[in-house]
Amino acid sequence: MIDTVAHAGETPDLVQPFADLGLADDEYARIRKILGRRPTGCELAMYSVMWSEHCSYKSSKVHLRQFATMAPASDALLVGIGENAGVVDIGDGYAATFKIESHNHPSFVEPYQGAATGVGGIVRDILSMGARPVAILDPLRFGPADAADTRRVLPGVVAGIGGYGNCLGLPTIGGEVVFDPSYSGNPLVNALCVGVLRKDAIKLARATGPGNKVILYGAKTGRDGIGGVSVLASATFNNATGDATKKPTVQVGDPFLEKVLIECSLELFERGLVVGIQDLGGAGLSCATTELASAGSGGMHIELDRVPLRAASMQPAEVLTSESQERMCAIVAPGDVEEFCTVCEKWDVDAAVIGEVTEVGPEEAARGGRLVVTWHGEVVVDVPPRTVAHEGPVYERPYARPAIQDLLEADVPDRLPRPSTAAELRSTLLELAASPNLCSKEWVTAQYDRYVRGNTVLAQPEDAGVFRVDESTGLGVAVATDGNGRYTRLDPFTGAQLALAEAYRNVAVSGARPIAVTNCLNFGSPEDPEVMWQFAEAVRGLAAGCRDLRVPVTGGNVSFYNQTGEAAILPTPVVGVLGVLDDVSKRTPIGFRGDGHAIYLLGETLDEFGGSEWAHTVHGHLGGQPPRVNLAAERALAGLLIDASRDGLLASAHDLSDGGLAQALVESCLRGGIGCRIALPGDLDPFVALFSESAARAIVTVPADQVQRLVDHSVRHGVAAARLGEVGGPALAVVGHFAVPLDELRAAHEATLPALFAG
Amino acid sequence: MTARIGVVTFPGSLDDGDAARAIRYAGGEPVALWHRDPDDGRVDAVVLPGGFSYGDYLRCGAIARFSPVMETVIDRARGGLPVLGICNGFQVLCESHLLPGALTRNDHQHFVCRDQRLRIENAASAWTSAYELGEEIVIPIKNGEGRYVAESETLARLEGDGLVVARYSGDNPNGSANDIAGIANEAGNVVGLMPHPEHAVDPLTGPSADGLGFFASVLKRLAVL
Repeated sequence: MIDTVAHAGETPDLVQPFADLGLADDEYARIRKILGRRPTGCELAMYSVMWSEHCSYKSSKVHLRQFATMAPASDALLVGIGENAGVVDIGDGYAATFKIESHNHPSFVEPYQGAATGVGGIVRDILSMGARPVAILDPLRFGPADAADTRRVLPGVVAGIGGYGNCLGLPTIGGEVVFDPSYSGNPLVNALCVGVLRKDAIKLARATGPGNKVILYGAKTGRDGIGGVSVLASATFNNATGDATKKPTVQVGDPFLEKVLIECSLELFERGLVVGIQDLGGAGLSCATTELASAGSGGMHIELDRVPLRAASMQPAEVLTSESQERMCAIVAPGDVEEFCTVCEKWDVDAAVIGEVTEVGPEEAARGGRLVVTWHGEVVVDVPPRTVAHEGPVYERPYARPAIQDLLEADVPDRLPRPSTAAELRSTLLELAASPNLCSKEWVTAQYDRYVRGNTVLAQPEDAGVFRVDESTGLGVAVATDGNGRYTRLDPFTGAQLALAEAYRNVAVSGARPIAVTNCLNFGSPEDPEVMWQFAEAVRGLAAGCRDLRVPVTGGNVSFYNQTGEAAILPTPVVGVLGVLDDVSKRTPIGFRGDGHAIYLLGETLDEFGGSEWAHTVHGHLGGQPPRVNLAAERALAGLLIDASRDGLLASAHDLSDGGLAQALVESCLRGGIGCRIALPGDLDPFVALFSESAARAIVTVPADQVQRLVDHSVRHGVAAARLGEVGGPALAVVGHFAVPLDELRAAHEATLPALFAG
Repeated sequence: MTARIGVVTFPGSLDDGDAARAIRYAGGEPVALWHRDPDDGRVDAVVLPGGFSYGDYLRCGAIARFSPVMETVIDRARGGLPVLGICNGFQVLCESHLLPGALTRNDHQHFVCRDQRLRIENAASAWTSAYELGEEIVIPIKNGEGRYVAESETLARLEGDGLVVARYSGDNPNGSANDIAGIANEAGNVVGLMPHPEHAVDPLTGPSADGLGFFASVLKRLAVL
């Protein structure tokens, strides 16, 4: 028998399984208070998914407010935090929208489908802003590269991203692949999507206009992914084997359906048939209907039995919480329904009118609107949608600086034995170049299509992905993602700022002007005060950093409960920065290009090895302080890089980060297929000069006749510029120390991942 | 008058926009052809672009051949209409029996996207006449099912009749028989190619502009006719 609202009123004492659905005692009590009765089974299901950590941000909300309260003034921001994705003005009437999300837990349980549907979900978020999705970036983190479970998870995740993204016709233009033991029981699969639209064509998730129809279109609704956001995403794993019992909560993706859904939706937008739109992702119809209604006129009536189903026996609560993929929900004027359905037929996309926007009285509006859901004529849901979507619990979780933090900081890397002889420096360079974190990621990225759409100007292993927006003007966009869990572990405030600074720098290196930020905050359990301290510090650092770099946060995602048992992952804020290039033909690549070009090091190098790749790879050490942050220096460096690119004087530019100068030289040589001869600055220890990870640095190359102009630029921007040497020759040569032939370098850099994962 | 070259869009086609751009860069006029509409003779040549037509659920290209547009394209190709099938388009041509053999899962089982060196082995077909025989070009390859296979008699006939139009040079990216990257029919008007010339029309967005030759070739051929 169906648990109707009437039945709920008659059976107030019925025991309900709220705890199994992830709700706390006081949360359940609050639902009863809001409704003035016990919830029906359907209502309980809706509240439980929408009040989950994943959907409600109940533990993070109080901290995330800083992104708004500390936001810098921005001319570019068109749509900010709170919508499906932020939108920024990129000039010439165009806007770009971008957002990053996590799909960590599903990808551990079922790597291929988990990663695939992660891509699918973020692409629909971008689509629902009215934009054509045009590029993807995938920041990934796994356990040790040689661990048995990494061999299960990584190939599946990579194939899943490729299998889905490639079938959508979206180029993958960047991302990261990072290994650390802390991600063993909990890989991080983050996906960023960028979309482009005309700035007057932005769509919002608003169900306005009583009488307008609610249309569900795309895939049929099945039993997959039920409870994905609550029992899977908002809870800690109990064991390290991927918790097979949670497999049914992972959704199954169909990229072909998503591809036609994209084309179909874009045609619907183009024809002006959509009043408001929301994609169906986490929490499925529960999320789409309550968010659309509460952001719109407030009233909605859904006839749930009209939802096209894959399994006829599905119960209404299942229909409301299914996370079946490739579905969208549109608000359509009654007179446009026929044309809407004709467009859907053209693309062989199923569409069904499942309800309509309704009038609400002032009293109902004050309560949070009114959403009524019926199932074969019986009322199974009657709730104020705002209480479901926006008035969930908010927690000020206790947080405390971990006791171990002092010990960690005291454990400085200074005591670690450092290479000093020429032979030791040489072998350190090769060891790092071949290490899993710094080696070539070609084995991974070759499985992604980077060419489709014909607008990719730069893609991995470049510092930023760059794509062209307008063929006639050359207007383009650059995007980079970065994050460093080790730095963040040592100092969450600084670590988050370093992630921001690196992504910002990587965008500037390509020649683009950074204008917006998105972030994916991957942390352990918020119920652990020490994790909560990491989170609070990281958000504080990121908000302050965005203010100082004058780039607003436009949206993002929080992923908590990334831990197995008691062991949390390294705190890992992944930051995405988007920038604009007025003319993509002026973009700066990382590879050395011309024999005889002068190589300059920009920025200042200090003795900074806390959390460094050297300490990690060579000594397995994590302690001390991460590199210092100097955001004024970052801005100056970016200003120089952008101006020099616009003036067309840079042949190449590469940011210095993990592995320091040595690794940057390795990558620029191999990317360009040409060697270099450099002399290290005399005032620095050679080891420090080569491997320190000081921030706000880059190497650039210029033709000999442009040297003076570069020096002039560096003076004007107040950036230290030191001439290191010249491009050329068959080896990476550090004069007076060592030389490594490019063939040897390439073999070391490129062999690592194939040896671990091929076959 | 500029030659009109149709680019078919099936549900799941991905490189249709790129193919149209390549035709434009080469000096032709791209014409969009929708899979449900029979080609009524409006176009002088046809490109079947890359992608995953109809989701490639049954077998790559297996469903696309039964579409209304393909019925007319197959018919006209037998009468000499120049047709280039790229990647999934090549698979459609094989499924349509306009070309022999089949494309199967890459030998290493992974999707691969990389810049690929090719050697032009037949510079007489409708789509390769702008190249020199033996010329080496670099264009992207990107596929999961690009390994060309055929019965040994078929391979012998393709080799004997000079119907292999392009061969992988250097590493074979997918285990294709005889390093075959592309083939033509006997008449030379129908060509199937696994790599993607439409992604190599401008060094800004591709590894080279070497791919333009395929489109320039057909325009040259149509100007002569």
